[in-house]
Amino acid sequence: MDLRYSDADEAFRSGLRAWLAAELPALAPQPSRDDWPARRRWDTDWQRRLFDGGYAGLSWPKEYGGLDAPPSQQLIFLEETTRARAPYVGVNFVGLLHAGPTIIAEGSDAQKAAYLPRILRGDEVWCQGFSEPGAGSDLASLRTRAVRDGDHYVVTGQKTWCSFGQVGDFGELLVRTDPDAPKHQGITWLMLPMDLPGIEVRPLRTVLGSSEFAELFLDEVRVPVECRVGAENDGWRVTNVTLSFERGTAFVSELVDAMRLVEDLAPLVRDRAHRRELGHVAAELDAVWALTKRNVTQAERGTPGRGAYMIKLAYSEARQRLGELSMRVLERDALVVGGAGGSERTSEFVEERLRTLALTIAAGTSQIQRNILGERVLGLPKEPAR
Amino acid sequence: MNFDLSEDQVALRDGIRSMLEGKLPMSRVREGFDRTVHDDLAAAGVFALRADGFGWADTAIVYEELGRALVPGPLVSSLGHDGITGTFDRVVGGSPLVEHLDVLDSLLVLGVDAIRSVDPSTLEGTAVDWPLDPLTPVWRVEHLPDGEQAGGATEVAALRTEGALLTAAYLVGMADVLTELAVAYAKEREQFNRPIGSFQAVKHLCADMAVRAEVARAAVYAAACVLDDTATGRIGRALSGAKLLANEAAILNGRSAMQVFGGMGFTWEVDVHLYLKRAWVLDTHFGSIDAHADALAAALPS
Repeated sequence: MDLRYSDADEAFRSGLRAWLAAELPALAPQPSRDDWPARRRWDTDWQRRLFDGGYAGLSWPKEYGGLDAPPSQQLIFLEETTRARAPYVGVNFVGLLHAGPTIIAEGSDAQKAAYLPRILRGDEVWCQGFSEPGAGSDLASLRTRAVRDGDHYVVTGQKTWCSFGQVGDFGELLVRTDPDAPKHQGITWLMLPMDLPGIEVRPLRTVLGSSEFAELFLDEVRVPVECRVGAENDGWRVTNVTLSFERGTAFVSELVDAMRLVEDLAPLVRDRAHRRELGHVAAELDAVWALTKRNVTQAERGTPGRGAYMIKLAYSEARQRLGELSMRVLERDALVVGGAGGSERTSEFVEERLRTLALTIAAGTSQIQRNILGERVLGLPKEPAR
Repeated sequence: MNFDLSEDQVALRDGIRSMLEGKLPMSRVREGFDRTVHDDLAAAGVFALRADGFGWADTAIVYEELGRALVPGPLVSSLGHDGITGTFDRVVGGSPLVEHLDVLDSLLVLGVDAIRSVDPSTLEGTAVDWPLDPLTPVWRVEHLPDGEQAGGATEVAALRTEGALLTAAYLVGMADVLTELAVAYAKEREQFNRPIGSFQAVKHLCADMAVRAEVARAAVYAAACVLDDTATGRIGRALSGAKLLANEAAILNGRSAMQVFGGMGFTWEVDVHLYLKRAWVLDTHFGSIDAHADALAAALPS
């Protein structure tokens, strides 16, 4: 047992550092949160640079243009790019980390050839259409209907928390194709071309005042049958290919960023009780980082441990604690999020406090995570259905 | 990077675990410190691990098992010594209490920048009638003789570092067992015609216990690896994080386990209180939760 990276890993790290040092100064300033066309350009431009630099699709198999890099190098990539304050995946999130991996695992050869290269190059942006107003934690109760009509599915319903819906070219869409089957068995996974008639996208305003999320209204949208990934009514299993990813290493960038925020906040923390709390939070974040490394080793050995079920839960709780501490430390400076009259020194913490309120809710609430952990890892009985 | 137990380490862990399960059932643990058990551990090489060339990660894995079994006695300070060796830390506040005085062969008194060795037979102490932890008997010693110089600032710092690591490892073992006890009870105990573990209120307590133990274990292993290979991290920070999280995990898991056991958890008969009481005792060893949080914060930018 050791924490030493291999020579190959360290070589990868220094190559990446050199590349980042050459690439980042040429980067345009980050556009404002509300300027969606500019955000799309900025994020996809970065993805194209990664592609040209040979750093796109680290976790993707080589045959689909990826690097098939070992998990340790994926960790190094996320660590180094976050520390260098390189752009995060941004609008490429759903394509690179959700829809892409799903198509790799479950798509047909034609689908793989058509969609995967365009995701890797940053040519096309994907959004997510999973949650519904009536289907949040109980996602499998979703009701958006898809009725087969010849070579098409006719889709009607409403989606919400549609990540990057404002700029998506395609959506990963879960629909109900068999309303009479048990809820997990009547779902189908569709690729939704966002320019089809009958789709309305409305931005969803969150506590930040703006948002990467949208509501999606679907009114008899005719989706070609060849947009189906996996078999009809097998969509729940197909979905879980991506959901299980979210509980794995999806939070590494977040975590590294939080560890940087601890260092940035520290000079502002004078009060003795606040400093003690900061020490406590730093210990928790360090430990989640250690748990991530343990998880990576176990994944490389092909024996995933229970840590994979815990990282998101532990990270998000520690992050909330850091966010709450930052508000107490800032005192009256916490009254300003940003813009004119704000302070560069402090506004990042306030915006982060608001943004991270979602961490214990998105991608499975902490309560759902505890259910999963309790039932699948600890073997506790399920709560009886009503 | 191979941040999980090697095959040798798995064998080491399994070996010590099966030895303890055979020799030291809870019924025997409840009888308190047992010199035969201590001698058996010594014969198995537990206290000579470092001298025999084992790393800190190996040693931590063994002490985690000692914690799982709740082995009583001064185990951490006995590492590297032939006899039963205790410690008394002058830096910690409160009454001058010495643990396990009746069985000690030697006592190390830790100061800020020195270690002094005191002959336990020269100490005059009053045995405390009702110690917090029935398995950690304490003596009130009004006067500690000066003893002999046994180390300077370097040695005391090393002993504090190593002591914190192994105490943290021991605490992780305890936190793990507490999770297992609570989960087993939650599966078996029925109320309202169903196992209480099916209720989310109870299930979530158990899930949080498992997370605390696993997060603390990662911190302890990381600290051990950094101590073995100091180029891979900052030892002070890793160590403080490990002791802080392991101690907190053991205390909070003790309380959660008691909550899951309900009224039974408040009885002398159920083992939970023995773990919780030991976790409180160990918070006074080699730096408390608060002291380590302060130390960690002091190393951050100011």
